[in-house]
Amino acid sequence: MIRRASYGEPARIGWLEWLPWAAALAVFFALPEYVPLGARILVYILFALSLDLILGYAGIITLGHTAFFGLGAYVAGILGAKLGVTDPLLQMAAAAAAAALLGVATGAVILRTRGLTLLMLTLAITAILLEIANKATALTGGADGLSGISVTPILGQFRFDMFGKTAYLYCLLVLFAGWWIVRRIIYSPFGASLVGIRENVVRMHAIGSPAYARLIAVYTISATIAGCAGALLTQTNQFVGLNVLSFEFAGELLVMLVLGGVGRIYGAFVGPLVYMIAQDQLAKQFPEYWYFGIGLLLVAVVLFARGGLLGIADRVVSKFRGERR
Amino acid sequence: MSAVLETRKLCKSFGALTVAESIDFRLEAGARHALIGPNGAGKTTLVNMLTGRLAPSSGRILLGGEDITGLRQAARVKRGIGRTFQINTLFRDLTVLDNVALGIAERSGIAARLWRPASSFHAIHDESMALLATLGLADDAASRVFDLPYGKQRLVEIAIALGLKPTVLLLDEPAAGVPSVETGRILEVLDGLPPEIAILIIEHDMDLVFRFARRITVMVQGEVLVEGTPEEIAGDRRVQQVYLGEQHHG
Repeated sequence: MIRRASYGEPARIGWLEWLPWAAALAVFFALPEYVPLGARILVYILFALSLDLILGYAGIITLGHTAFFGLGAYVAGILGAKLGVTDPLLQMAAAAAAAALLGVATGAVILRTRGLTLLMLTLAITAILLEIANKATALTGGADGLSGISVTPILGQFRFDMFGKTAYLYCLLVLFAGWWIVRRIIYSPFGASLVGIRENVVRMHAIGSPAYARLIAVYTISATIAGCAGALLTQTNQFVGLNVLSFEFAGELLVMLVLGGVGRIYGAFVGPLVYMIAQDQLAKQFPEYWYFGIGLLLVAVVLFARGGLLGIADRVVSKFRGERR
Repeated sequence: MSAVLETRKLCKSFGALTVAESIDFRLEAGARHALIGPNGAGKTTLVNMLTGRLAPSSGRILLGGEDITGLRQAARVKRGIGRTFQINTLFRDLTVLDNVALGIAERSGIAARLWRPASSFHAIHDESMALLATLGLADDAASRVFDLPYGKQRLVEIAIALGLKPTVLLLDEPAAGVPSVETGRILEVLDGLPPEIAILIIEHDMDLVFRFARRITVMVQGEVLVEGTPEEIAGDRRVQQVYLGEQHHG
């Protein structure tokens, strides 16, 4: 399969690409009881999308992406709970800026390495942040979590209601913006050069590409988006726990993305959706064993569906087309 | 004639192992120059130092009279040094078009643009297609490189380098691994390269070397043994010894 970088194919948005948005609106109107779960899924999709940009496209292997998500979550939370900055858009802007700063600072250090070394460094950075959040109880609430976060209505108009309707639409809008940005980037010459770096960095050097600078740039963009996702979670839950910085959460995110399919944008949509619904249902049916079901699902995908659920879809479609020919 | 690319007393050693010993080498403008020598003679090491993949232990490299010894690889590419690799170093899962376009985009300075779709830069697309057409690869533009026969993949290597509009082109065994029926095509392509590009070719296929090169440098054990016209080299007793394996080492 050809894996993007297209100077040949146009970047028009296909009708299938509107489907997630139509589905998201349909859920909002038809299934109000799922709106709070839906909002959480939307946040995770945005987070997974930011991971896909660096992992799927630029080939940066990381287990520490929660550093940016967690930082965004805490910045928004601390502003709302301790510093009296209650405007949600201001909180989000601050979270994005903080995550971007952390992204560019850590990226400049760790992106000189690749593979396992890089993986370890991303883990280490997240572990440091987790420990800071754990110890700085005055600011973060430590292990008890940060509560009492005030968030005023968006633009002074739209209050976060107890049914989560405002939160859902707010998350949907932010996700849409994030998707738009990621999609533009992926189809751009910059995005093409990232794929080049992923596919063959030696060749990229030989054609005069400043690979290191490109990686820092995309890492920072991805960190910014992850920071926004973190702020969204804080604002919809009005609570931040240490788990936003945990290693388990980073692993879970990776599992979601792999489940959906890496390096294809919409894998970041399908993965969290299926994972969260499976988790929700399994937790209802088998409250004690739900992780077992998730494990089975993942083993099945890894064994039988390389390229994730969207990989399966691809193969089914190409088989149909092949038989018709 | 003036030298476009020149090395002065270039040395490279890894610990006690010396792989390049005081190499003085000149590549003239528009040269068709071959670098030959037995395996391990240091030919690829020299190319890697010229392109900046390897830093020399001592000595200088001049491009157009300017010292580029300390420049990074990417900066040297921008100044006109293009190369191909002995072992295909391609974007195997991308199309032939994208393989070439990525390089042209870097050269044109649009590769860092991150908002407009790549496919909307028609100049890049058209230049890529024109380049592929000159190498007889136009019909393969939309194919994945991985699916091409090996000989054509070697041509893609050359196409990528040409897309950078180099003033100096370093070809590391362009015909390596290519079945003999397809080497003819590679030679045709080499013969058709723009005369103003200075070309240095490393090659083991002596037919190809003697048909293509107007000057030949012979390297042995990290040193330049002799340099001359193909006739001089063919008649040189030391070179014959090296290639017949008679030379006593040490």
